[in-house]
Amino acid sequence: MTMQVLAVDDSRTMRDMVRLALTAEGIEAHVAEDGIHGLEVLEEIAPPDAIITDINMPRMDGFGFIDAVRAKEEFRSVPILVLTTESAADMKDRAREAGATGWIVKPFDPAKLVKALRMVAG
Amino acid sequence: MTDSEAIKDYSGDGSVREYLSFLVGGQDYCVDIMQVREIRGGAKATTLPHSPSFMRGVINLRGTVLPIMDLACRLDMHTETDTQRNVIIVVATGERVVGLMVDAVSDILAISHEDLQPPPDLPADQQRSFVSALTIMENRMIRVLDLTAVVPSSDEEAA
Amino acid sequence: MSDPMAEIKASFFIECEELLEALQDGLQSMYDGEGDAETVNVVFRAVHSIKGGAGAFGLDGLVGFAHRFETALDDLRSGKLDTDPHLLKLFFTCNDVLGDLVRECRDEVPHDSAKLDPVLAELDTLIGGVQSEDQTAETVDFEVTPLSLDLSLDGQDDETVSDPIWKIRFQPGPMLYANGNEPLFLFRALRDIGDLSVTCDHNDLPPLAELDCEHAHIGWTLTLETTEGRAAIAEAFDFVEGLCTLDIKQKETGSSNLEALVPLPPLGGDAEWPADNGAPDLPRNDQVNSAPTIEQGNFPEVAETPAARLEAAPPAERKTGAGAAAPRATVRVDLDRIDRLVNLVGEIVLNQAMLSQSVQAAGIPPNSPVSTGLEEFQQLTRDIQESVMMIRAQPVKSLFQRMSRIVREASAAIGKDVRLRTDGENTEVDKTVIERLADPLTHMIRNAVDHGLEANDVRERMGKAREGSVFLTAVHRSGRVVIEVADDGAGIDRDKVFRKAVEKDLIPADSQLSDGEIDNLLFLPGFSTADEVSNLSGRGVGMDVVRSAIQSLGGRISIQSEPGHGTTFSISLPLTLAVLDGMVVNVAGETLVVPLNSIFETLAVTQEDLRAFGPSTHVVNIRDSFVPLIDLGAELGYRAPLDDYTGGVVLLIGQEDGLAAAVVVDAIEDQRQVVIKGLQESYGRVPGIAAATILGDGQIALILDPIDLITQASGRTRPKAPRHQISNHENLNSSGAEE
Repeated sequence: MTMQVLAVDDSRTMRDMVRLALTAEGIEAHVAEDGIHGLEVLEEIAPPDAIITDINMPRMDGFGFIDAVRAKEEFRSVPILVLTTESAADMKDRAREAGATGWIVKPFDPAKLVKALRMVAG
Repeated sequence: MTDSEAIKDYSGDGSVREYLSFLVGGQDYCVDIMQVREIRGGAKATTLPHSPSFMRGVINLRGTVLPIMDLACRLDMHTETDTQRNVIIVVATGERVVGLMVDAVSDILAISHEDLQPPPDLPADQQRSFVSALTIMENRMIRVLDLTAVVPSSDEEAA
Repeated sequence: MSDPMAEIKASFFIECEELLEALQDGLQSMYDGEGDAETVNVVFRAVHSIKGGAGAFGLDGLVGFAHRFETALDDLRSGKLDTDPHLLKLFFTCNDVLGDLVRECRDEVPHDSAKLDPVLAELDTLIGGVQSEDQTAETVDFEVTPLSLDLSLDGQDDETVSDPIWKIRFQPGPMLYANGNEPLFLFRALRDIGDLSVTCDHNDLPPLAELDCEHAHIGWTLTLETTEGRAAIAEAFDFVEGLCTLDIKQKETGSSNLEALVPLPPLGGDAEWPADNGAPDLPRNDQVNSAPTIEQGNFPEVAETPAARLEAAPPAERKTGAGAAAPRATVRVDLDRIDRLVNLVGEIVLNQAMLSQSVQAAGIPPNSPVSTGLEEFQQLTRDIQESVMMIRAQPVKSLFQRMSRIVREASAAIGKDVRLRTDGENTEVDKTVIERLADPLTHMIRNAVDHGLEANDVRERMGKAREGSVFLTAVHRSGRVVIEVADDGAGIDRDKVFRKAVEKDLIPADSQLSDGEIDNLLFLPGFSTADEVSNLSGRGVGMDVVRSAIQSLGGRISIQSEPGHGTTFSISLPLTLAVLDGMVVNVAGETLVVPLNSIFETLAVTQEDLRAFGPSTHVVNIRDSFVPLIDLGAELGYRAPLDDYTGGVVLLIGQEDGLAAAVVVDAIEDQRQVVIKGLQESYGRVPGIAAATILGDGQIALILDPIDLITQASGRTRPKAPRHQISNHENLNSSGAEE
């Protein structure tokens, strides 16, 4: 079965790049432009195997998005990877505190992105 | 790409090309069929001010503005042409598409490269520069028109 | 473009333009004191996103600058910096530089370090140079930092050890599952680097009754035979570090003394190894996070993984209430395709007109189904045409933002405090119009800053606000768009303008000119002179060039000025370049279209109005001023000049600074919108002719370029020396010839 991934990022370029990296590996990618859009997309698609999200986004940022996703029973344990340029030391802790499963630092190596995905979602 | 290049190649590889032949002022001319876009009846052209006498004007070809050239006039033949009864051959050369007003379309001829010969050197004759090659068919001399020479570039006209 | 990365890169640069726009908007509202916390966030995000994309494409220069800018913005966000005007000015400059860098990257030209370096230095001072240097280096390199577990000990991380066996004790904590981790996948990752066997430790598993489903009770002991080093093993546990008890220990190795030398410290305080018991019986309770024994090459599906539960979950209730600010869906389309559509719609319009004519000619009564159906068709056609034209339309915002930069740079260059106030940024105009407006607007804005506004001190003395204002507004008005450039400066010094015009021989010294006429002298070629050229607007471009640029877009420009209060230039433009409002006229049997925007009025010439000026030239008396008469039929070579023009229909052609000519035609047929067909591409330039169009009968009609016609006029019906008109047109003529 094809792996389904939701990627949330306010940058079109990033969305395109994530999509390209995923589809090249036969992973089906859904995209959303911010946290709120991400939640909307989640309602519309079959539950994804994993979620990749940016942190710094308008309307609802990545932390808020992860919170909201984790608050829903059906998404409580869906793996969430944080994709961010923020290399600050506390980023990892904050992401984890919010409920993220793992993280990838931008700019990402497509192979590493996919590897990280496999590590959290099979 | 120069349209006449293939025609000027007299090396004789035996390849056969098709040409559309037509009558202008009683003489036989032809053009490479690949340069012909379509053939249509004459129509009333809108005169272009300050244009050379061989430019008949422009007509509406399905929404595009098509310049019409009176070929007889271009070839310096000074024959009276009846606009409405003539035939217009729409040809493309390079980027440009032009309608050539001729007396009548005759035939589609298959001519091999070997049968083409360079035009005789007649410096006094204006037509010479417009003809890239000659061939004889059924005792008629058919001139291959050099469209790049016949159709002036838009730069020339703008000048 | 077949390379997907190249496509993404191209789209990145487009996105950058959008981000730069948002950035500038944000800075502007901060500058206007309208910003709030979210404004700073928006600004920060814009720079952040540009940096992110730039990093992905290895655009180091862009990343480096964006990073510094971002750091400064972050300092602003966190309150380390204050929003004072000086800082905002620097940010505006950063915005400009960032835009330049983006475009330089896009066009693959080297960065202009002369522009960049001073701004970089200023930013560095702001954010504390050395520290930022480090940060930049770290971020610019952008190593995909595997946030390592740091379990490896010095010297222990020997990747070349041959087939060592590792023993890994892994006890998940409760948060591991809460964060969506799944041990199975970790094990799979390990399996990928060597031979793995897994044993489940369920010693901690309480009786079912006491089972706390939120607690992770099961741990694993893994035996891994791999050539990879500790780092590779640790990498698999990257995401669970801190969420579990983990101990990685080398069991056997070709050089076993290593272990003896540097014993591993126990992790999580538990040095005891549980017994290797083989596969235990797992309770089949789906609340228990469990995994069966996993042997290499045989991974049974784990029914109770969180993922599996997720899939079984019922589909969530659909929520359709889209938020008000939800992003609008857009499609990027090749401009060629749109142009093709525009052309085709033009065809439909034409086709419909021809059909209407045929129906009329066939004598079909107006109330018949055919006629009413045709009317509906006509309405639909118009709607389609309008909609299609709207595709090409864009808000003028991007253009206005460019002008904002012009104001900043121009005011900085001459040391005036100037604020640009814009309105109607979302007014939409044809893309090409916007593109071609940039140059004339730039010039007008520079003029306003340079000549329109007084120096700050002068303003203060006059009781005005110290800071000058330039207003740039756009509005739709009766099917056209009106763009105004205004300043609250001193207004036009009419005495000075008049003197200058006399000095330049543009008008006779004894001319009696109204205020409006004097103002319009600014549009005369050759008015702009060296002695008033400052380092700003002096580029050898005068308002005459601005006017021709506007006219070539089918527009008009006018000027109003009030001494002491300022000057306003109004540009009125068609919404699209694809259609034109024209007057259909007949001359010598030919049908022509004259752009309506060039016609002042139409009238029939009477005997008294006409004056012979020379043997074959005439002038027409229009309200006590003499305007040269141009016979259109003769000018275009359709016929010889007439002997008598009495009773002829005359189109008064002019510009805002006055009438240029009275053009004689035989009859006015109609006034209508026509679809413009380029003549240049298919034929070439024809003097006096702007383009062609196709009329309802399918015939091509030429669209006149009246100003060009007058300029080119042979003069057979035109007097040789109507004073200032002549110098005007001779200059136009010579400048036209240069092009």
